[in-house]
Amino acid sequence: MSNNVLRIEDLTMQFGGVVAVNNLSMDVNKGEIVALIGPNGAGKTTAFNCITGVYEPTNGQVSLNGEVILSNHPQGKMKKQYQGENPDKYSRSIVKRPDQITKLGIARTFQNIRLFSTMTVLENVLVAKHMRANHNVFSATFRLSHKEEQRMRKEALELLEIQGLAHLKDEIASNLPYGIQRRLEIARALATDPQLLLLDEPAAGMNPQETQELTDFIHQIRRDFDLTILMIEHHMDLVMKISDRIYVIDFGKLIAHGTPAEVSTNQRVIDAYLGVSDDA
Amino acid sequence: MTKLNDKKNSIIALALVAGMFVLLLVLEAVVPHTSIVFTVLKKGAIYSLVAVSMNLLNGFTGLFSLGQAGFMLIGAYTYAIFTIPVADRLSVYQYYDGGLIQFALPSIIALLLAGIMAAIFAFLIGLPVLRLKSDYLAIATLGFAEIIRAIFQWDKLGVITNGSNVLRKYTCYNSTLFYFAVAGICIAIIVLLINSSYGRAFKAIRDNEIAAEAMGISLFKHKQMAFVISSFFAGIGGALLAMFQYTIQASQFKTALTYELLLIVVIGGIGSITGSCLGSFLFIACSEWWLRFLDVEGAIPLLRPGFRKVVFSIIIMVIVLFYSQGIMGTREFSVSGMINFFKTGGPIGWIKRKRAAKSKKAEVTVNE
Amino acid sequence: MDFIQANLPYILAGISVGGQYALIAIGYTMVYGILRLINFAHGDVFMAAGLIMVYASTVLPLYLAIPLVIIVTVLIGFTIERVAYKPLRNAPRMSIMISAIGVSYLIQNLALYITGGLSKQYPSIPWISDSVTIFGATTKMVTVITPVLTMVLIVALVLLIKHTKIGMAMRAVSRDFETSQLMGVKINSVISATFIIGSFLAAVGSLLYFSNYTGVTPTAGSMPGLKAFVAAVFGGIGSIPGAVIGAFIIGICENIIKGLGWTTFSDAFTFALLIIILMTKPTGLFGEKATDKV
Repeated sequence: MSNNVLRIEDLTMQFGGVVAVNNLSMDVNKGEIVALIGPNGAGKTTAFNCITGVYEPTNGQVSLNGEVILSNHPQGKMKKQYQGENPDKYSRSIVKRPDQITKLGIARTFQNIRLFSTMTVLENVLVAKHMRANHNVFSATFRLSHKEEQRMRKEALELLEIQGLAHLKDEIASNLPYGIQRRLEIARALATDPQLLLLDEPAAGMNPQETQELTDFIHQIRRDFDLTILMIEHHMDLVMKISDRIYVIDFGKLIAHGTPAEVSTNQRVIDAYLGVSDDA
Repeated sequence: MTKLNDKKNSIIALALVAGMFVLLLVLEAVVPHTSIVFTVLKKGAIYSLVAVSMNLLNGFTGLFSLGQAGFMLIGAYTYAIFTIPVADRLSVYQYYDGGLIQFALPSIIALLLAGIMAAIFAFLIGLPVLRLKSDYLAIATLGFAEIIRAIFQWDKLGVITNGSNVLRKYTCYNSTLFYFAVAGICIAIIVLLINSSYGRAFKAIRDNEIAAEAMGISLFKHKQMAFVISSFFAGIGGALLAMFQYTIQASQFKTALTYELLLIVVIGGIGSITGSCLGSFLFIACSEWWLRFLDVEGAIPLLRPGFRKVVFSIIIMVIVLFYSQGIMGTREFSVSGMINFFKTGGPIGWIKRKRAAKSKKAEVTVNE
Repeated sequence: MDFIQANLPYILAGISVGGQYALIAIGYTMVYGILRLINFAHGDVFMAAGLIMVYASTVLPLYLAIPLVIIVTVLIGFTIERVAYKPLRNAPRMSIMISAIGVSYLIQNLALYITGGLSKQYPSIPWISDSVTIFGATTKMVTVITPVLTMVLIVALVLLIKHTKIGMAMRAVSRDFETSQLMGVKINSVISATFIIGSFLAAVGSLLYFSNYTGVTPTAGSMPGLKAFVAAVFGGIGSIPGAVIGAFIIGICENIIKGLGWTTFSDAFTFALLIIILMTKPTGLFGEKATDKV
């Protein structure tokens, strides 16, 4: 599987006695748009938080481009409490901080928008460029790396141009309308030069027209930035239209996966969404 | 077009700075050296530097740290210890046979060393402390400042620190210009830092830690950086304070000093460099000069020593409660801002606009 | 045994001081539990209670002065909350902490103004200032009374919190501020009650504490205040038994350190302890773990 980008194996996240993500395994291949869906509280965002290093998974392994970036097994007190499967499969303990994961090429957006609210649109994007810039605190302070700063600005502006946000570059982020804030969050994530983009409910709170625009936008960035996308979404229209493959989880467990057509006729999925099959 | 304006504005700004220095020179030549004006200017410059360094942490990086007095102490002591002339050591360290250190460094090197020592301490303290969240960080840094003070007063270290006795006879400067130059250079460096990519990273951490981390910013590395740099300048500020006072004693660097600095930052506006400077000069001018009359016992009943500080604390509480933005908010004083200010009618225009904004706001609430 | 014999006066003093710290620490821990605020002014309220006693006892007999001290201290605590903290309920956490520091600064400066910066002689209260001899160590009666009185007050407080309506409201608010507000809990009266209880205990603590010392100075409250706060953190902030145990441990350790001749470090020890706890177990002995939601 040379074109595999993200591989999650037996990912389990247990908080005290609650298993939020239970033995989740999934693959995301290069250039795909994969959706992770499930009813509220199914553990989708928790899974994202494990992949991006916000939480330390209790058990399981995550690899990026074939290289193991996270691996863990139940330790200490959790050894006794552990309710998941395969507690002895992974002997290594590789834990990374979110910033290290981002540096490896996984960028994300947040369910509840987390922009740098007092900073301008351009500054928000520039912050994301900070990590890969070739400078240190001395050279940056004394303007010895001003060429680098100029390059960052140029690239950030180009990015805003593509997003159609260039005219707003000096606006304070928190003053922007909701839809624009979501786009800015995506633009900011793109500025970290990711290979894999994780979108956490990108269409939340959007009307049908905005959702349509978002669909085109996601296609466009996948093409332009050579991206692989994994997204959590509740808007079924969007999910069905955009995804190459869908994973469905409920109570932390994978209950189905396949193409949109396969998933939408799956009885277990329909049961999980019982009564809210349409626009859950 | 904007570039041209930028250039013009920087020239005006430079001219203003040059003008300020010329004014200082003239003042020093004309006004007698013992005048209160110089005390206010010197102390104001020192406090500006320390307040700005504190603002770098509290205002720009969002780290609520209350350790500033401790780092000032380290700076002040480092400077004093290394610049006492060898000949005078016996009389200063009279209880410790002249002390351990039997050499003196040139004052400029000692000044740098003051900052570096404070920075080293900050680095070590930061390793455990910076992993803590807001109020725990505040109380832990406060605790470390107290521990530092206890260590410097410890008589077993008296051969170096002179225990709880005063340090004196070290190299001092009387020129107001000197304090302005050193504080000015340091503040300029902090401004450059804040406007750099690293400054943006600091502000990102302040605005949203989780998002900053998701953007690849190592929280710990950047917090540590802000903490060390802030402490470096607090150390320099401490050294300047030592020079200004001629004698120095560890008991002076209590938590109350940190609180005063924090209140200065609040008065000026959390997140505004010019605000902190303005706040410092106002604070010092009021406490050393303008409000002195409140402490004079005499004709008016309530007035007696201590009243000034009461009035002062009440003013501060009013600012904290009703004008939480302080004087400047997060805005900065700038040449272009100044030009705009006068173009739109100066102070009168400003008041008019404020009133308009207020009545507009009132209208909105009525409509609701 | 020799160690205990030699150190008995210090251990006794430690238990006594520990009890006094405990009374202050409860004020911190309860306020923190509900408002998530380190009430920097609490130590100064404690000092103010001492000063009020000094002045009240010069004009009133003790049986009137003591209740007056308690009432005025409670009023001060209540007023501080209403004036300085209530308006900032929705402000960022840093602002309300700054306000607390501002109040502390104000009270200290007021005290400085009123006393003229001099240490004021604390009145000796009959009986509790008398000397007694226990196991061959001579000490003041207050040393013996403090732990007993502290325990009685704490048991009463725990009963109040467990079994009364306002106690239930307090528990609800400390668990979830917003939800309890939505459930119709009168937040403001709960917060006021917390400050009233905290100030009351601080007033009692000050009567005991200052009886052990010769005088009251304007900054006399800041150190005991900070130590009591450390005790609260040590025990797990928000937990009343935790605060009490933490306070006794700190009081005893501190006095043993003094007994060993390391007086310079008795204050520093407290902070070192604080830092060690924050590093190793930030939730303290009995605190609950809080997780950030992303």
